[in-house]
Amino acid sequence: MTPDISLSQVPAHARHGSSIGRPLTRREGVLKVTGVARYAADNHPAGMLYAVLAASRIARGRVTCLDVPAAMAHPGVVAVMTPANRPALALDPDAKLHPFMFRLDLLQSDAVRYANQPIAVVIAETLEAATEGAALLAPRYEALPARVGLDAGESFVPPVVGVGHPAEQLVGDVEAGLASAARRVDATYETPAQYHNAMEPHAVVAAWDGDSLSLDMPSQGMAMAQARLAGLLGIAPENIMIRSPFLGGGFGSKGLIAGPQVLGILAARLVGRPVKLVLRREQMYGPVGHRPPTRQRLRIGAGADGTLTALAHHALITTSTFDDFFEPAADASHTLYASPAIATSHTAVRIDTGTPMFMRAPGEATGSIALESAIDEAALACRMDPLAFRLKNYAEVEPISGKPFSSKALRACYAQGADRFGWAGRPLAPRQMRDAAGMLVGWGMGTATFPALMFQAEARAVIRRNGGGVVEIGAHDMGQGAWTALAQIAADAVGLGIEQLEFRSGTSDLPDGGIAGGSAHTATAGMAIHAAGGEAVARLAELAMDDARSPLFGAGNAGVVARDGRLFRRDDESRSESYADILTRAGLAQVEGRGKSGGDPAAQTAYAMHAHGAVFAEVKVDPDLGQLRVTRLVGAFAAGRIINPRMVRSQYYGGMIWGMAFALHEEAVTDRRSGRMLNANLADYHIPVNADVPEMEALLVEEHDPHVNALGIKGVGEIAITGTGGAVANAVWHATGMRARRFPIRIDDLV
Amino acid sequence: MSKIHVTTTVNGEPAEFLCQPGNSLLDALRDDLNLTGSKEGCSSGDCGACSVIVDGRLVCSCLMLAVEAEGKSITTIEGIANGDVLHPLQRKFLEHAALQCGFCTPGFLVAAKALLDHNPDPTETEARYWLAGNLCRCTGYDKIIRAVLDAAAEMRAGAPAGE
Repeated sequence: MTPDISLSQVPAHARHGSSIGRPLTRREGVLKVTGVARYAADNHPAGMLYAVLAASRIARGRVTCLDVPAAMAHPGVVAVMTPANRPALALDPDAKLHPFMFRLDLLQSDAVRYANQPIAVVIAETLEAATEGAALLAPRYEALPARVGLDAGESFVPPVVGVGHPAEQLVGDVEAGLASAARRVDATYETPAQYHNAMEPHAVVAAWDGDSLSLDMPSQGMAMAQARLAGLLGIAPENIMIRSPFLGGGFGSKGLIAGPQVLGILAARLVGRPVKLVLRREQMYGPVGHRPPTRQRLRIGAGADGTLTALAHHALITTSTFDDFFEPAADASHTLYASPAIATSHTAVRIDTGTPMFMRAPGEATGSIALESAIDEAALACRMDPLAFRLKNYAEVEPISGKPFSSKALRACYAQGADRFGWAGRPLAPRQMRDAAGMLVGWGMGTATFPALMFQAEARAVIRRNGGGVVEIGAHDMGQGAWTALAQIAADAVGLGIEQLEFRSGTSDLPDGGIAGGSAHTATAGMAIHAAGGEAVARLAELAMDDARSPLFGAGNAGVVARDGRLFRRDDESRSESYADILTRAGLAQVEGRGKSGGDPAAQTAYAMHAHGAVFAEVKVDPDLGQLRVTRLVGAFAAGRIINPRMVRSQYYGGMIWGMAFALHEEAVTDRRSGRMLNANLADYHIPVNADVPEMEALLVEEHDPHVNALGIKGVGEIAITGTGGAVANAVWHATGMRARRFPIRIDDLV
Repeated sequence: MSKIHVTTTVNGEPAEFLCQPGNSLLDALRDDLNLTGSKEGCSSGDCGACSVIVDGRLVCSCLMLAVEAEGKSITTIEGIANGDVLHPLQRKFLEHAALQCGFCTPGFLVAAKALLDHNPDPTETEARYWLAGNLCRCTGYDKIIRAVLDAAAEMRAGAPAGE
């Protein structure tokens, strides 16, 4: 008999005593506020040496000379690793066996293909000696002219963009739609290169023991890093132990193992001692990924009543000369606005840069700020309020595919956000509002969207006779709150209070928790945990229902529910038994369940799955100086079931600030002559500081999604960047009447 | 190169270490005294993750030479709590979810303590500008400000605090 425990049919939040949905504080919080939390670079195994990268100061060419004897002569220097003596690899770092395998610079030759590329590693007894040794290498180069910027070469249509998406997609007849339009917008927007700049620089502490490798290393994807390293090093994945209990931020830059981390591992192999390698901040602008610059042309047609007739979105992007990552910027136009004709297309230019990489909302962020700006321009062309215009073109089905949405509470987001912000009564024309100090005041809005993705993960759950439980999964907490949210899901999955649950995570010897990316970690890891817990509970239920001595004997088709360490008969809750009693009578110390998760292909085929939101911004601009401040930000987001509102609100705030920074602050500036970055530091590469940040509010809009997964979870990590950038840009226009189409917006755009 | 012997006070306890003339205080704290709560985010004084208090002044320990610690009194994140009892700032950071990845958090807490040591009743603007030298890439800052102002209010009221 298969017991019907129906865990998957009863949403966990509906069960009594649920941990899901509670605003618990961060489980590892005390470790973090006391300085005890041990990040990768805080480790210091006995006998450890320090490794420092020497990085290229040219963007293209080759290294002709490294003064290795000078470096070796410096007191404390133990070794210099160059292409001449780098330990052999089992796989060419330029091999690309699958699209997710990105090429790495591991001293395979003297060629230089971007500025800040690693060209040597100096290993020494102290950090200071290694740093000085790296300086003493005094590299000489044969430099070729650097190819910089969006106009550096001939553009081509990339084979795919993002993760396997077509570079060109089309529904309807865009040219006919534009021709028939009463109102048209044709505008080109530019966005700059941006760098992740997690506060924790990439680091590795590597120790070899024979062919076994022990690593302290921040990772958003331990199993993928393990597999990549196993291939490069020619050792078994299970011989590689990765500890990544805390990441000091990732934002995509720690999703795949970075070249410099592999170099630290190779340095440890070379010297036969543990090695620590931590990137200097300026070395993070090159070999660890970035968001590429874009130039996007939006053509929008609308009838006199504001109904869209066509939406065409083209993105020109850059990528490196030696690998294929194509930012899917134009795909932002697939989801939000109903139009009988939509065309999205991409072209790319190869330049002398490190390979771009997934950076928080890759494609969505770049595409959204252009799309939301253009929609604002189209609303103006139709003499309509920007919110009314968006509602007029509200997509009831996903425009590019025609699929119904699995859920979409965007109308509620618009309504609640607008109400909270006080949008009603906003004058249509710009430069109509001033504050008491004479500052121009502007209000703008943008729509937020991000796909609800699911990857694959595994988990293990154990229920013990002593009344406790253990859930294990090699998941990743880069600050988003995974330890807390996943533990909440785990407690519900095994029917225990969160205090009775031991949650183990953050090391690679646990079941593969998938990758913390694509805003999919809570859903993916959570569903694996849900399945594992369900299986453990099912084992218990079998034991009880088959045993005549159990009050649950014969519950059969009525089934049981698990909570607070007991199983209850579903149709008669007066009949229940504790886990401890069931296991004691069965003579078992514990039961175990294993679970897997992955997207449901049937549901994904049938439905378009996205989170949505609406963001409203107020800016104030000095009419004489152009000095600009964001003074208010209100976001309203609907992202399915919220596991922990306290953590989720933080994710929204952080995303909104990234969106504001996209509009106003962040920009990597490359010297056109040398191909080197001019602002590769945190003083000149501007990320917002406390004093830049406005009063903020993030509203959690209720949404139930029966299709995305059994827990109803979408993702919250990236969506808030989208919409916010456009909202700020549109508020700047509303304040000043000047439309900046090049980001970040500068003072000189406004005076 | 011969090393220099430095005698100092860290978190109220006498401490000594050997260092080279060019070593930063941050490296001495992290590598010699095993106080790894102070973080290195930039080594150029831009991010504030290495903030410590030296004789009452807020300092980026990556910009101060270790030898300059001679005879000084240094407070690091490890010295903010009173034994197992969290400082009100630490409690309020947890309550307000004013931390995410946690890498900048030690610096923020030390900087916030320095603020409240100088000014027990800061305005929001004063708090924002005082803490503008500490970068955070996760939180969006707002919750940090709420936590600092809330902690300040609690400390002024003499409500249950860390003593």
